[in-house]
Amino acid sequence: MSPAPEDEVRRRQRERARLMAILLGIFVVLMFAITIAKMSINR
Amino acid sequence: MPIREDAAIPADWRDLLALTKPRVMSLVVFTGLCGLLAAPVPVNAVLGFAAVLCIALGAGAAGALNQWYEADLDARMKRTASRPLPAGRMDKQTALHFGVGLAVFSVVLMDVAANHLAAAILAVSILFYVFVYTIWLKRRTAQNIVIGGAAGAFPPLIGWAAATGDVSTLPVLLFAIIFLWTPPHFWALSLFVRSDYANAGVPMLPVVAGVQSTRRHILLYTLPMIAAAVAPWAMGLAGWIYGAAAVGLNTAFLILALLVAANRTADPKHMRPEKQLFAFSILYLFGLFAALVADKWVLA
Repeated sequence: MSPAPEDEVRRRQRERARLMAILLGIFVVLMFAITIAKMSINR
Repeated sequence: MPIREDAAIPADWRDLLALTKPRVMSLVVFTGLCGLLAAPVPVNAVLGFAAVLCIALGAGAAGALNQWYEADLDARMKRTASRPLPAGRMDKQTALHFGVGLAVFSVVLMDVAANHLAAAILAVSILFYVFVYTIWLKRRTAQNIVIGGAAGAFPPLIGWAAATGDVSTLPVLLFAIIFLWTPPHFWALSLFVRSDYANAGVPMLPVVAGVQSTRRHILLYTLPMIAAAVAPWAMGLAGWIYGAAAVGLNTAFLILALLVAANRTADPKHMRPEKQLFAFSILYLFGLFAALVADKWVLA
Protein backbone atom coordinates (compact mmCIF):
# COMPACT_ATOMS: atom_id res chain seq x y z
CA MET A 1 0.00 0.00 0.00
CA SER A 2 1.34 3.42 -0.95
CA PRO A 3 1.95 6.31 1.48
CA ALA A 4 -1.23 8.29 2.00
CA PRO A 5 -1.74 12.05 1.99
CA GLU A 6 -2.60 13.35 5.46
CA ASP A 7 -5.95 14.90 4.53
CA GLU A 8 -7.15 11.65 2.91
CA VAL A 9 -6.18 9.65 6.01
CA ARG A 10 -7.99 12.17 8.22
CA ARG A 11 -11.08 12.07 5.97
CA ARG A 12 -11.29 8.29 6.14
CA GLN A 13 -10.67 8.25 9.88
CA ARG A 14 -13.49 10.80 10.34
CA GLU A 15 -15.85 8.80 8.12
CA ARG A 16 -15.11 5.53 9.95
CA ALA A 17 -15.45 7.16 13.37
CA ARG A 18 -18.82 8.61 12.38
CA LEU A 19 -19.99 5.27 11.02
CA MET A 20 -18.79 3.46 14.16
CA ALA A 21 -20.75 5.93 16.32
CA ILE A 22 -23.91 5.29 14.28
CA LEU A 23 -23.43 1.49 14.45
CA LEU A 24 -22.84 1.60 18.21
CA GLY A 25 -26.02 3.67 18.60
CA ILE A 26 -27.96 1.11 16.55
CA PHE A 27 -26.45 -1.71 18.62
CA VAL A 28 -27.55 -0.09 21.90
CA VAL A 29 -31.10 0.39 20.57
CA LEU A 30 -31.14 -3.20 19.28
CA MET A 31 -29.97 -4.65 22.59
CA PHE A 32 -32.62 -2.61 24.43
CA ALA A 33 -35.32 -3.84 22.02
CA ILE A 34 -34.14 -7.47 22.34
CA THR A 35 -34.22 -7.22 26.16
CA ILE A 36 -37.76 -5.79 26.14
CA ALA A 37 -38.90 -8.44 23.64
CA LYS A 38 -37.43 -11.28 25.74
CA MET A 39 -39.00 -9.88 28.91
CA SER A 40 -42.42 -9.68 27.24
CA ILE A 41 -42.13 -13.29 26.01
CA ASN A 42 -41.08 -14.61 29.42
CA ARG A 43 -43.79 -12.71 31.27
CA MET B 1 -0.60 14.49 16.16
CA PRO B 2 0.84 14.59 12.60
CA ILE B 3 0.47 11.48 10.49
CA ARG B 4 3.59 9.66 9.31
CA GLU B 5 4.25 10.07 5.59
CA ASP B 6 4.52 6.28 5.12
CA ALA B 7 1.34 5.50 7.04
CA ALA B 8 -0.97 3.17 5.13
CA ILE B 9 -4.31 4.72 4.30
CA PRO B 10 -7.14 3.31 6.47
CA ALA B 11 -9.63 1.14 4.63
CA ASP B 12 -12.67 2.96 3.29
CA TRP B 13 -15.92 1.73 4.86
CA ARG B 14 -17.28 1.03 1.38
CA ASP B 15 -14.46 -1.46 0.88
CA LEU B 16 -15.26 -3.09 4.22
CA LEU B 17 -18.84 -3.40 3.01
CA ALA B 18 -17.62 -4.89 -0.29
CA LEU B 19 -15.72 -7.54 1.70
CA THR B 20 -19.05 -8.90 2.92
CA LYS B 21 -20.17 -9.72 -0.66
CA PRO B 22 -23.52 -7.85 -0.36
CA ARG B 23 -25.01 -9.44 -3.50
CA VAL B 24 -24.43 -12.99 -2.26
CA MET B 25 -25.71 -11.89 1.13
CA SER B 26 -29.10 -10.89 -0.30
CA LEU B 27 -29.90 -14.50 -1.25
CA VAL B 28 -28.60 -15.79 2.09
CA VAL B 29 -30.71 -13.26 4.01
CA PHE B 30 -33.78 -14.04 1.93
CA THR B 31 -33.58 -17.82 2.42
CA GLY B 32 -32.85 -17.32 6.13
CA LEU B 33 -35.85 -15.02 6.46
CA CYS B 34 -38.04 -17.54 4.63
CA GLY B 35 -36.88 -20.31 6.98
CA LEU B 36 -37.87 -18.10 9.90
CA LEU B 37 -41.24 -17.11 8.42
CA ALA B 38 -42.10 -20.67 7.34
CA ALA B 39 -41.71 -21.96 10.91
CA PRO B 40 -44.98 -23.00 12.53
CA VAL B 41 -44.64 -20.63 15.50
CA PRO B 42 -45.27 -16.89 15.88
CA VAL B 43 -41.99 -14.97 15.89
CA ASN B 44 -41.48 -11.73 17.81
CA ALA B 45 -40.70 -9.02 15.21
CA VAL B 46 -37.66 -7.68 17.08
CA LEU B 47 -36.16 -11.11 17.74
CA GLY B 48 -36.91 -12.18 14.17
CA PHE B 49 -35.21 -9.06 12.84
CA ALA B 50 -32.19 -9.66 15.10
CA ALA B 51 -31.94 -13.29 13.94
CA VAL B 52 -32.00 -12.29 10.25
CA LEU B 53 -29.46 -9.55 10.98
CA CYS B 54 -27.18 -12.17 12.56
CA ILE B 55 -27.53 -14.41 9.49
CA ALA B 56 -26.57 -11.41 7.32
CA LEU B 57 -23.60 -10.51 9.52
CA GLY B 58 -22.46 -14.15 9.66
CA ALA B 59 -22.63 -14.39 5.86
CA GLY B 60 -20.73 -11.11 5.60
CA ALA B 61 -18.06 -12.42 7.97
CA ALA B 62 -17.68 -15.62 5.94
CA GLY B 63 -17.41 -13.54 2.75
CA ALA B 64 -14.75 -11.29 4.30
CA LEU B 65 -12.69 -14.26 5.53
CA ASN B 66 -13.04 -15.88 2.11
CA GLN B 67 -11.67 -12.75 0.44
CA TRP B 68 -8.89 -12.54 3.03
CA TYR B 69 -7.72 -16.07 2.22
CA GLU B 70 -8.26 -15.84 -1.54
CA ALA B 71 -6.70 -12.44 -2.23
CA ASP B 72 -3.96 -13.99 -4.40
CA LEU B 73 -6.52 -16.00 -6.34
CA ASP B 74 -8.90 -13.05 -6.78
CA ALA B 75 -6.04 -11.01 -8.23
CA ARG B 76 -5.70 -13.56 -11.06
CA MET B 77 -9.38 -13.51 -12.03
CA LYS B 78 -10.99 -10.75 -14.11
CA ARG B 79 -14.28 -11.12 -12.22
CA THR B 80 -12.70 -10.54 -8.80
CA ALA B 81 -9.54 -8.48 -9.51
CA SER B 82 -11.24 -5.22 -8.50
CA ARG B 83 -12.11 -6.46 -5.00
CA PRO B 84 -10.57 -4.37 -2.18
CA LEU B 85 -7.66 -6.74 -1.36
CA PRO B 86 -6.39 -7.64 -4.87
CA ALA B 87 -6.87 -4.02 -5.95
CA GLY B 88 -4.60 -2.92 -3.06
CA ARG B 89 -7.18 -0.71 -1.38
CA MET B 90 -6.95 -2.62 1.91
CA ASP B 91 -4.33 -4.62 3.82
CA LYS B 92 -4.96 -8.30 4.64
CA GLN B 93 -4.81 -7.84 8.38
CA THR B 94 -7.73 -5.38 8.31
CA ALA B 95 -9.80 -7.90 6.35
CA LEU B 96 -8.91 -10.71 8.78
CA HIS B 97 -9.74 -8.66 11.87
CA PHE B 98 -12.97 -7.43 10.30
CA GLY B 99 -14.04 -10.97 9.32
CA VAL B 100 -13.22 -12.59 12.66
CA GLY B 101 -14.80 -9.72 14.62
CA LEU B 102 -17.98 -9.85 12.55
CA ALA B 103 -18.18 -13.66 12.86
CA VAL B 104 -17.87 -13.63 16.65
CA PHE B 105 -20.30 -10.73 16.98
CA SER B 106 -22.95 -12.40 14.79
CA VAL B 107 -22.80 -15.71 16.70
CA VAL B 108 -22.91 -14.06 20.16
CA LEU B 109 -25.79 -11.80 19.13
CA MET B 110 -27.68 -14.80 17.70
CA ASP B 111 -27.22 -16.61 21.00
CA VAL B 112 -28.60 -13.60 22.90
CA ALA B 113 -31.46 -12.83 20.52
CA ALA B 114 -32.54 -16.37 19.57
CA ASN B 115 -31.12 -19.54 21.13
CA HIS B 116 -28.04 -21.78 21.43
CA LEU B 117 -29.04 -24.04 18.52
CA ALA B 118 -29.39 -21.19 16.00
CA ALA B 119 -26.09 -19.69 17.19
CA ALA B 120 -24.36 -23.09 16.92
CA ILE B 121 -25.62 -23.69 13.36
CA LEU B 122 -24.57 -20.15 12.39
CA ALA B 123 -21.08 -20.79 13.81
CA VAL B 124 -20.86 -24.13 11.96
CA SER B 125 -21.94 -22.48 8.68
CA ILE B 126 -19.24 -19.78 8.96
CA LEU B 127 -16.52 -22.30 9.93
CA PHE B 128 -17.64 -24.67 7.17
CA TYR B 129 -17.45 -21.93 4.53
CA VAL B 130 -14.05 -20.70 5.65
CA PHE B 131 -12.23 -23.92 6.60
CA VAL B 132 -13.94 -26.68 4.58
CA TYR B 133 -14.79 -24.79 1.39
CA THR B 134 -12.32 -21.89 1.13
CA ILE B 135 -9.19 -23.32 2.71
CA TRP B 136 -9.57 -27.08 2.19
CA LEU B 137 -11.64 -27.85 -0.92
CA LYS B 138 -11.65 -24.92 -3.32
CA ARG B 139 -8.09 -25.26 -4.61
CA ARG B 140 -7.90 -29.05 -4.31
CA THR B 141 -10.89 -30.70 -5.95
CA ALA B 142 -13.47 -30.23 -8.68
CA GLN B 143 -16.04 -31.30 -6.09
CA ASN B 144 -15.37 -28.04 -4.20
CA ILE B 145 -18.80 -26.53 -4.67
CA VAL B 146 -20.65 -29.85 -4.30
CA ILE B 147 -19.50 -30.22 -0.69
CA GLY B 148 -18.85 -26.52 -0.06
CA GLY B 149 -22.37 -25.73 -1.20
CA ALA B 150 -23.56 -26.90 2.21
CA ALA B 151 -22.29 -23.62 3.70
CA GLY B 152 -24.81 -21.64 1.65
CA ALA B 153 -27.59 -24.09 2.51
CA PHE B 154 -27.57 -23.38 6.25
CA PRO B 155 -29.52 -20.05 6.37
CA PRO B 156 -33.09 -21.50 6.23
CA LEU B 157 -32.04 -24.02 8.88
CA ILE B 158 -30.73 -21.17 11.05
CA GLY B 159 -33.90 -19.11 10.51
CA TRP B 160 -36.10 -22.07 11.43
CA ALA B 161 -33.98 -22.92 14.50
CA ALA B 162 -34.09 -19.26 15.62
CA ALA B 163 -37.89 -19.34 15.49
CA THR B 164 -38.58 -22.79 16.94
CA GLY B 165 -35.46 -23.83 18.87
CA ASP B 166 -35.31 -27.12 16.99
CA VAL B 167 -34.86 -28.60 13.51
CA SER B 168 -37.48 -30.78 11.77
CA THR B 169 -38.05 -32.35 8.35
CA LEU B 170 -39.05 -29.20 6.42
CA PRO B 171 -35.93 -27.12 7.23
CA VAL B 172 -33.76 -30.15 6.40
CA LEU B 173 -35.50 -30.31 3.01
CA LEU B 174 -34.89 -26.57 2.54
CA PHE B 175 -31.22 -27.24 3.31
CA ALA B 176 -31.23 -30.06 0.74
CA ILE B 177 -32.79 -27.84 -1.94
CA ILE B 178 -30.03 -25.20 -1.68
CA PHE B 179 -27.34 -27.87 -1.29
CA LEU B 180 -28.43 -29.58 -4.52
CA TRP B 181 -29.12 -26.26 -6.31
CA THR B 182 -25.58 -24.95 -5.74
CA PRO B 183 -23.69 -27.22 -8.20
CA PRO B 184 -25.89 -26.53 -11.27
CA HIS B 185 -25.93 -22.83 -10.35
CA PHE B 186 -22.13 -22.48 -10.04
CA TRP B 187 -21.28 -24.88 -12.84
CA ALA B 188 -23.45 -22.84 -15.23
CA LEU B 189 -21.43 -19.77 -14.24
CA SER B 190 -18.10 -21.59 -14.38
CA LEU B 191 -18.79 -22.72 -17.95
CA PHE B 192 -18.77 -19.19 -19.33
CA VAL B 193 -15.98 -17.88 -17.06
CA ARG B 194 -13.93 -21.09 -17.44
CA SER B 195 -10.79 -19.30 -18.65
CA ASP B 196 -10.86 -17.11 -15.52
CA TYR B 197 -10.84 -20.19 -13.26
CA ALA B 198 -8.22 -21.90 -15.43
CA ASN B 199 -5.91 -18.85 -15.27
CA ALA B 200 -6.30 -18.71 -11.50
CA GLY B 201 -5.62 -22.45 -11.14
CA VAL B 202 -8.96 -23.23 -9.51
CA PRO B 203 -9.97 -26.82 -10.34
CA MET B 204 -13.57 -26.06 -11.26
CA LEU B 205 -15.32 -28.88 -13.11
CA PRO B 206 -15.15 -27.32 -16.62
CA VAL B 207 -11.39 -26.81 -16.15
CA VAL B 208 -10.73 -30.34 -14.88
CA ALA B 209 -13.35 -32.48 -16.65
CA GLY B 210 -14.20 -30.34 -19.68
CA VAL B 211 -17.22 -28.43 -20.90
CA GLN B 212 -19.38 -31.36 -22.04
CA SER B 213 -18.86 -33.31 -18.84
CA THR B 214 -19.87 -30.23 -16.83
CA ARG B 215 -23.05 -29.91 -18.89
CA ARG B 216 -23.91 -33.55 -18.13
CA HIS B 217 -23.19 -32.96 -14.44
CA ILE B 218 -25.54 -29.95 -14.43
CA LEU B 219 -28.37 -32.10 -15.77
CA LEU B 220 -27.49 -34.94 -13.39
CA TYR B 221 -27.60 -32.70 -10.32
CA THR B 222 -30.80 -30.99 -11.49
CA LEU B 223 -32.77 -34.22 -11.04
CA PRO B 224 -32.21 -34.72 -7.27
CA MET B 225 -32.65 -30.96 -6.83
CA ILE B 226 -36.10 -31.23 -8.42
CA ALA B 227 -36.95 -34.18 -6.16
CA ALA B 228 -35.91 -32.18 -3.07
CA ALA B 229 -37.82 -29.10 -4.25
CA VAL B 230 -41.06 -31.00 -4.81
CA ALA B 231 -40.71 -33.08 -1.63
CA PRO B 232 -42.21 -30.54 0.84
CA TRP B 233 -45.42 -30.50 -1.18
CA ALA B 234 -45.41 -34.26 -1.90
CA MET B 235 -44.89 -35.02 1.80
CA GLY B 236 -47.72 -32.72 2.84
CA LEU B 237 -45.38 -30.22 4.55
CA ALA B 238 -46.46 -27.42 2.19
CA GLY B 239 -49.72 -26.63 0.37
CA TRP B 240 -50.83 -26.11 -3.20
CA ILE B 241 -49.29 -22.63 -3.61
CA TYR B 242 -45.82 -24.03 -2.97
CA GLY B 243 -46.68 -27.14 -5.03
CA ALA B 244 -47.72 -25.07 -8.07
CA ALA B 245 -44.63 -22.85 -7.80
CA ALA B 246 -42.35 -25.88 -7.36
CA VAL B 247 -43.78 -27.65 -10.43
CA GLY B 248 -43.56 -24.50 -12.60
CA LEU B 249 -40.08 -23.42 -11.49
CA ASN B 250 -38.63 -26.93 -11.67
CA THR B 251 -40.08 -27.53 -15.13
CA ALA B 252 -38.41 -24.31 -16.34
CA PHE B 253 -35.13 -25.28 -14.60
CA LEU B 254 -35.19 -28.73 -16.22
CA ILE B 255 -35.84 -27.28 -19.69
CA LEU B 256 -32.91 -24.88 -19.30
CA ALA B 257 -30.67 -27.69 -17.99
CA LEU B 258 -31.64 -29.78 -21.05
CA LEU B 259 -30.80 -26.84 -23.35
CA VAL B 260 -27.42 -26.55 -21.62
CA ALA B 261 -26.84 -30.30 -22.02
CA ALA B 262 -27.70 -30.01 -25.73
CA ASN B 263 -25.33 -27.08 -26.31
CA ARG B 264 -22.05 -28.07 -27.93
CA THR B 265 -20.04 -24.87 -28.09
CA ALA B 266 -16.94 -24.20 -26.02
CA ASP B 267 -16.97 -20.49 -26.85
CA PRO B 268 -18.39 -18.43 -23.94
CA LYS B 269 -19.90 -15.96 -26.45
CA HIS B 270 -22.29 -18.69 -27.60
CA MET B 271 -23.19 -19.99 -24.17
CA ARG B 272 -26.61 -18.37 -24.05
CA PRO B 273 -28.35 -21.37 -22.40
CA GLU B 274 -25.67 -21.44 -19.67
CA LYS B 275 -26.12 -17.70 -19.00
CA GLN B 276 -29.89 -18.14 -18.99
CA LEU B 277 -29.67 -21.06 -16.55
CA PHE B 278 -27.38 -19.10 -14.23
CA ALA B 279 -29.69 -16.07 -14.20
CA PHE B 280 -32.82 -18.19 -13.85
CA SER B 281 -31.34 -20.28 -11.02
CA ILE B 282 -31.22 -17.16 -8.82
CA LEU B 283 -34.83 -16.34 -9.66
CA TYR B 284 -35.70 -20.01 -9.04
CA LEU B 285 -34.45 -19.98 -5.46
CA PHE B 286 -36.13 -16.64 -4.68
CA GLY B 287 -39.40 -17.89 -6.22
CA LEU B 288 -39.38 -21.25 -4.46
CA PHE B 289 -38.73 -19.82 -1.00
CA ALA B 290 -41.16 -16.92 -1.52
CA ALA B 291 -43.82 -19.48 -2.49
CA LEU B 292 -43.16 -21.45 0.69
CA VAL B 293 -43.77 -18.38 2.84
CA ALA B 294 -46.80 -17.31 0.78
CA ASP B 295 -48.15 -20.83 1.15
CA LYS B 296 -47.82 -20.76 4.93
CA TRP B 297 -49.22 -17.25 5.34
CA VAL B 298 -52.09 -17.51 2.83
CA LEU B 299 -53.21 -21.03 3.65
CA ALA B 300 -52.70 -20.77 7.43
